[in-house]
Amino acid sequence: MPKPPPLLSLQHISKSFYGNPVLEDVSFDVGPGEIVGLVGENGAGKTTLMRILFGMPVIAETGGYGGRIELDGAQVSFKTPFDALDAGIGMVHQEFSLIPGFSTTENIVLNREPMKANAACEVFGDRMSVLDRTTMRSVAEKAIERLGVKLDPETLVSEMPVGHKQFTEIAREINRENVRLLVLDEPTAVLTESEAEILLEALRRLAAQGISIIFISHRLHEITKVADTIVVLRDGKVVKEAPSEGTSVRDIAAWMVGRSVEAKRPDLATRSFGEEALRVERLWVDMPGESVRDVSFSVRSGEIFGIGGLAGQGKLGVPNGIMGLYAGGGSVTLHGKSVPLNDPKAALAMGMAFVSEDRRGVGLLLDESLEWNIGFTAMQIRGDYLKRYLGGLLKLRDEAGLRKLAEEYIELLSIKCTSPKQFAKELSGGNQQKICLAKAFAMQPDLLFVSEPTRGIDVGAKELVLKSLRHYNRDNGTTIVMVSSELEELRSICDRVAIVDEGRIAGILPPDADIADFGLLMAGEVKEEAAHA
Amino acid sequence: MTKRFDFKRFVADNVVVVIFLVLTAIATPISGLSANYIIQDIITRIGRNSFLVFSLLLPVMAGMGLNFGMVLGAMAGEIGLIFAVDWGISGVWGLGFASLVGLPIAVALGWLCGSILNRAKGREMATGYIIGFFMDGVYQFAVLYLMGSLIPMRSLAITLSRGYGIRNTLNLDSVRQSLDNLAMVKVFGFNVPVATYLVVAALCVFIVWFRKTKLGQDMRAIGQDQGVSNASGIPVEKTRIIAIVVSTVLAMVGQIIFLQNMGNMATYNAHRQTGFFAVAAILVGGASVTKATIPNVFVGVVLLHLMYIVMPRAGAELFGSAQIGEYFRDAFSYGAIALALVLHAWRKRRGVEIDRAGLRRNTVSPDAKGGKA
Repeated sequence: MPKPPPLLSLQHISKSFYGNPVLEDVSFDVGPGEIVGLVGENGAGKTTLMRILFGMPVIAETGGYGGRIELDGAQVSFKTPFDALDAGIGMVHQEFSLIPGFSTTENIVLNREPMKANAACEVFGDRMSVLDRTTMRSVAEKAIERLGVKLDPETLVSEMPVGHKQFTEIAREINRENVRLLVLDEPTAVLTESEAEILLEALRRLAAQGISIIFISHRLHEITKVADTIVVLRDGKVVKEAPSEGTSVRDIAAWMVGRSVEAKRPDLATRSFGEEALRVERLWVDMPGESVRDVSFSVRSGEIFGIGGLAGQGKLGVPNGIMGLYAGGGSVTLHGKSVPLNDPKAALAMGMAFVSEDRRGVGLLLDESLEWNIGFTAMQIRGDYLKRYLGGLLKLRDEAGLRKLAEEYIELLSIKCTSPKQFAKELSGGNQQKICLAKAFAMQPDLLFVSEPTRGIDVGAKELVLKSLRHYNRDNGTTIVMVSSELEELRSICDRVAIVDEGRIAGILPPDADIADFGLLMAGEVKEEAAHA
Repeated sequence: MTKRFDFKRFVADNVVVVIFLVLTAIATPISGLSANYIIQDIITRIGRNSFLVFSLLLPVMAGMGLNFGMVLGAMAGEIGLIFAVDWGISGVWGLGFASLVGLPIAVALGWLCGSILNRAKGREMATGYIIGFFMDGVYQFAVLYLMGSLIPMRSLAITLSRGYGIRNTLNLDSVRQSLDNLAMVKVFGFNVPVATYLVVAALCVFIVWFRKTKLGQDMRAIGQDQGVSNASGIPVEKTRIIAIVVSTVLAMVGQIIFLQNMGNMATYNAHRQTGFFAVAAILVGGASVTKATIPNVFVGVVLLHLMYIVMPRAGAELFGSAQIGEYFRDAFSYGAIALALVLHAWRKRRGVEIDRAGLRRNTVSPDAKGGKA
């Protein structure tokens, strides 16, 4: 049987942001009533691709894109998301875009409400017409029925379980008369397993009605279950396009993360650690977008412990919670002493230091000199670089000491700057990151948290940062907990790597484990094993 | 959800109302005023003030907070009244004429105010307050210098003796209580200004109807989430401007009703406290920055003015000085605004904590053991 002509055809799509290629030559088709599962790590280009498809203004503002998009065989180029909606493309975002104080019905028909005209419309226009509540309800019920789920049309969104919110969103998208293609971005991320089941069932129903679906998810078993075709993006390229039949979750996981380089770690055998340094039990952290739900692990003294996982799963919440930057709970002990949570000063005073992923916000005093930046935390917490007068009543900065400290680290980390007096904001990203490291090193920490140390810095600087971490660990025996989105980086430097998924530790692996195993953990496929890790 | 009445929660949700109830309940017997006197005064004050307070409802619905910018409408109403007196149009016709003159001014000022507030999203209340101060200056310039020089004035009785500018106090004898007296009916011995009440009732009906319109629905949506509303194609900025324009126009009419009852007008001061009193009333009535209803308006007007009536007398009886009662009165009404605003912030925080508890409850796996939460 010949394949029917595709509904949507993406042809050689490419896009770069400020010279950085994000998408290169991406092509695939979506047939009518077909479900395409789109998978890829963070930064693989999924979001950018969908933004292009939707005509988000940010694409045009950054210089447009290359390639063609065809809908029903005719080239389209959407200027705004509304054009895409008019062409029959619906989008369900990861975050809910619902009005909390409105009922299911009101949300489904939002801004498409059936109305009854009256005299006031003649003078003041259509917006003065009264809403036709009965028709609104029947329209909403029709959409819900089409989706095949149970939803009460009158419940307020703020009072319904997350699953129902998600269904409400989808119902709103399919309520448009002309909708032909539905894009769902991680629709199951917030759902429980049974809710996700119902959602997948609903998607199949929609596909049977002829609606094409692009389904983005990192839960690979859902992809294999519901998709007809699987498209795997990696580093902005389509690395695999395969029918879902006969494809295993393990295959996809390997395609998703798999650069062919094998991590060889001959040094592992020679490394030895002391007693348990950090013990984290049942930690939860309320960090927006990176919430940690229930994390327990322990790190031994002198170890480099890696924490990886996809964005939004909670890996960043772990150091931020332990250091007290976001509200959290659970128990954290350092060398047997309990660490008070929600109190950054106490955490620092106990000998922990933190190199934040938010370099410019948390990490640096942008409008101050380098010497200030490097010595600042040590001065505040440990009272270093202060001269005491009048029996400690009056403390003044020890400028000479600060200068000396700065010069020492500028040389040690080969920080490129004109002088220690230069302002932090004037440095490049990589050098700023080194300043952050120097600041943490100046604390002479017992335990060092490093969060996304190489994000947004160039390759050369990356190497240097990693090397200095490795050396600092080797020379001072400092325990390091490193959080990073770059799996390769974690595998190259850490002694053990934990993968965080949905706010929990999905598993802890040695760095030279099979890449596909990491992929499976990231995709949340081996939950049972997590309990034993 | 349980329907059981939770007393503690009811008090917590209505703490401002409860405080005012308790205060007035204590002060009323001390004041020694007769029930008849108090009730008559309250009846008059409901007619006089509630229209002004109603003008606050729509901006709250559109998520713009309490519209301190309503004083712009009050100024427009005053300019209308100045012309009505100047042209010698008396009675209800004078009020109608004043409204007609005030209407375009209120619309223009409301549009201006709304456009500015659109550039100050999230800080509408403070911005509105300051716009009020600024426009007060423009109003003074217009009334003190332009009227009689650039703008022709016919009546010598209202212009200053130097030939231009309006006198400090404007005598509104020609329109004095013309709406109230249009249909004054005696009910159980009390004088009820039925016509004024009918106007207020008509406004209530309008607001109830307005909530059912497409525009009303859009305002509610915008009030809850501008981003989502925008993404669904609702013209957010335009709708917000409309909310402020309607509010300003209603405030204009409200100020005319207020002043016709008072019978004279402090040309340069009458509008200064208008926004403040209206906001105090609606907050005392149990409204918040994000939610205000028609009952809030009535409860607030009754409670706030009950306090205004009894406090000076209670002060006089207790401390031998009405002045002290006045101090109390001011302190409590400012306190009510502060308390209501603080409570709003506090509730928002409590909401975050409840969410956080939810994050914990749903997710800790039942087999996880040990550890303290």
